[in-house]
Amino acid sequence: MDQERIRNFCIIAHIDHGKSTLADRLLQQTHTVSEREMVDQILDQMDLERERGITIKLQAVRLEYAAKDGKTYTLNLIDTPGHVDFSYEVSRSLAACEGALLVIDASQGIEAQTLANLYMALDNDLEIIPVINKIDLPNAEVERVLGELEDTIGFTRDQVILASAKTGQGVEEILEAVVERIPPPRGNLEEPLKALIFDSHYDVYRGAVAYIRVVDGVVKVGDGITMMSSGREFEVTQLGVFRPHMVSVEELGAGEVGCLLASLKDVKDTRVGDTITHTRRPAAEPLPGYRAARPMVYAGLYPVNNEDFEALRTALEKLQLNDAALSFEPETSAALGFGFRCGFLGLLHMEIVQERLERQFDLNLITTAPNVVYRVTTTDGETLVVDNPAAFPSQGSITAIEEPYVDATIIVPSDFAGPVMELCQDRRGTFQTMEYITPERMVIRYSLPLSEILLDFFDRLKSRTRGYASLDYEFRGYQESDLVKLDVLLNGKPVDALSCIVHRSRAQKRGRQLAEKLKEVIPRQLFEVPIQAAIGGKIIARETVRALRKDVLAKCYGGDVTRKRKLLEKQREGKRRMKQFGDVEVPQEAFMAILQVDD
Amino acid sequence: MHIPFCLRKCPYCDFNSYPRSRWSREDRRRYVGAVARELGGIGVSCAPVSLYFGGGTPTTLPPQDLAWLLGLAKDKWNLGEEVEISIEANPDTVDGEVLQELRNAGFNRLSLGVQSLRDRDLAILGRSYDVQTVHRALQDARLAGFTNIGVDLIYGIPGQSPQDWRETLEGALELEVEHISCYSLQVEDHTPMAAAIMRGELALPPEDDWLEMFQMTVEILGKGGYEHYEIANFARPGRQCRHNLLYWKNRWYLGVGAGAHSHWERRRWANVKDPGTYADLVAAGMPAVEDERSLTEGEEMDETAFLGLRLLGGVDLGEYRRRFGRDLGAVYADPIAQLTARGLLEQADGQLRLTTRGLPVANVVFAQFIRD
Repeated sequence: MDQERIRNFCIIAHIDHGKSTLADRLLQQTHTVSEREMVDQILDQMDLERERGITIKLQAVRLEYAAKDGKTYTLNLIDTPGHVDFSYEVSRSLAACEGALLVIDASQGIEAQTLANLYMALDNDLEIIPVINKIDLPNAEVERVLGELEDTIGFTRDQVILASAKTGQGVEEILEAVVERIPPPRGNLEEPLKALIFDSHYDVYRGAVAYIRVVDGVVKVGDGITMMSSGREFEVTQLGVFRPHMVSVEELGAGEVGCLLASLKDVKDTRVGDTITHTRRPAAEPLPGYRAARPMVYAGLYPVNNEDFEALRTALEKLQLNDAALSFEPETSAALGFGFRCGFLGLLHMEIVQERLERQFDLNLITTAPNVVYRVTTTDGETLVVDNPAAFPSQGSITAIEEPYVDATIIVPSDFAGPVMELCQDRRGTFQTMEYITPERMVIRYSLPLSEILLDFFDRLKSRTRGYASLDYEFRGYQESDLVKLDVLLNGKPVDALSCIVHRSRAQKRGRQLAEKLKEVIPRQLFEVPIQAAIGGKIIARETVRALRKDVLAKCYGGDVTRKRKLLEKQREGKRRMKQFGDVEVPQEAFMAILQVDD
Repeated sequence: MHIPFCLRKCPYCDFNSYPRSRWSREDRRRYVGAVARELGGIGVSCAPVSLYFGGGTPTTLPPQDLAWLLGLAKDKWNLGEEVEISIEANPDTVDGEVLQELRNAGFNRLSLGVQSLRDRDLAILGRSYDVQTVHRALQDARLAGFTNIGVDLIYGIPGQSPQDWRETLEGALELEVEHISCYSLQVEDHTPMAAAIMRGELALPPEDDWLEMFQMTVEILGKGGYEHYEIANFARPGRQCRHNLLYWKNRWYLGVGAGAHSHWERRRWANVKDPGTYADLVAAGMPAVEDERSLTEGEEMDETAFLGLRLLGGVDLGEYRRRFGRDLGAVYADPIAQLTARGLLEQADGQLRLTTRGLPVANVVFAQFIRD
């Protein structure tokens, strides 16, 4: 295929700024899907994504566009995920493009996420086409957003396209701009094969499917290929493009985007960011930027019923087929029994996995509070990597603890700068920079411990800024901190799964708040349940769940036994969701209590 | 037999009952006709041991209507004086004449909705009579020849102290009735009382007070010669309510009237609740059943267990085995062991029953008898 007639692009947008609607509109306008086929937001395949309104799995769709210059172009629209947990995936899909549509909601303006992804796109030398979307809304502030684009990023007014994906306004103009402004790919068809894997997914019937952008050379069905990161070899069994359903093709040449099947067992064989080359005539160097997925957040996943342990393992294995970033290792908790310590990219990733396990696999789980990975240096001079607070070495044997820090970018109306800085300060943040993007809005940058972001940081940020703040963060490195382990005792017995790591200066307060919160979430039992928080064996807080003394239904309801039965069933169902520690029943919420302590 | 009319709706009540004024005299007559027709259509053959007119307040209907309905039932099944024939009434819906008519018609047990013997409690409960009216109604009932009378009382009323409840209990002993039910006030969702509590206008007594009232009830009525035979029920020897025993022993019963519940041959069903719709359906010769389900043997077993445990005597293990061919102790081995260890259940004389400790938290026990 003539590369001059190819344009590869993606859409950068904040959640809810209309990316999916715009993508749908582009598909319609280019007749890639007919009106009849049109399911709203066709790119978001999975139910869960649709419910949450975020795109998790990226995809590529091929559009055939007859431009005003009389020529027909092949436009490859590569979808990008829209959440901070998936920033590496975003960077790889950007690397597969020559240009990007920057979509900004006319009523909202630029958000932190958008800005972070935009910088990433600029780093990848992408041509940016700024689009102000939703201009049909009554509360659209086109002028203000134009100002932001001019001042922050330096666009000129005539570069910006005003559009409404909902009404279709500006869509034609966007397609023309894609053709005119985004450069065609400049690959070399003669060079050895280099194809970038920018996404993959697992299909029950076909195994793992790699989404690729061919940078140089040509790949054909039947070719022997090598994954450059692992050296593993495969034979190409099928190639395809999406319009939007898969259509088989015989080859994909430099500049083209499509999918590749090669009897790949699971997505571990098709790592995002990896380079595919020919086994016989390999490329000298892989494409830059590959990084193995690295979990940032860990949590214990335990079946409520111990006999479900094997079912949980099977379910995690199945999820892993499609999720190379998910890691898990069996672990044992004195309190919770057998389970798995699982690693996730971030909180959203964790929630998604948890929800899938419960929904698709019908498992009843206890998830412990997420934590970061600590580096602990012991008195023996050893450095331990600790991903579970329960496994922390004893206080006496520790010489130093390091924890991961992130660079956080927060965009907020300037009126809220004070509260935002207060929150960051309170969360052990170090101020970095602050600048106005318009007279009304500013970018604030802080260095923050990742563990503090796990503690409900985003919700706090939202509530302190009446929902206006947006947040993005990026891992920066490890830094030494004065941390201690906070233990919890229920009914006098330590519950390891409730232990957490806190900064020494906050330990007293967090211990008190945690005990109070646990008192709220642990239901009353037939006896008093003392709750204690302790540091190094010293009790720092105590609360008591009072004994349940009354739980009786008086009336007979005129022989309506069904009603009575339903009430008892409900009661029993609630019990089933709880984990039994000796005599004490503890609900799932208790394990998340540390995330909800009030400041 | 369900009569869904009341003088007015009490603020805590979520039963299938309606203020009488919402229905014209003609509509109410039509309702009585429908009940009669449903009764007449019952095809199963049986020998009833009890007939119960409940509500609502059955005595909001003219006594002649009630007598007529009873007459139909008596003729249908040849009911004699040995059958327990109860009627519920509120003190302000009966006088000497009405009670005499009812007694003459064949009602031999009167269940009077007294609820409290303190005017302040009665006001909070939205009852439209005072304590004096209660005394007068009971006097009239005795004069009319009722020798088996029960009164219903409620405790745990907003603003009620244990001392207040003691007054009612002691007053109840002086009534010298055969049966006393003491129900803990259940504040059901979506009732005016629940709303008032939500708004903070009313507050339920604290749990410690509630427990004190519960224990006081057992003690005072016990000393007064009433046997505590079910969580909320007390009776003079031999005067247990045979009708309610049928429910607790999970026996079969047929309900007629709007929203009435039935249990027969491993099926449960309920009639449509709305009296107008009910009457229309029956008049059209259609079944008035709204909600019907068959029970598995397992469900029947569960229900027999948790209903039976409401009785202080507990579940008769031998009877249970004869009924289901399996041992209760084997079917629920784990929960029984656990609950016994916690001191909530005990087994003695071939009976499994709640302990004194288990009574106030009976739901915790019952919930363990619901299997998947």
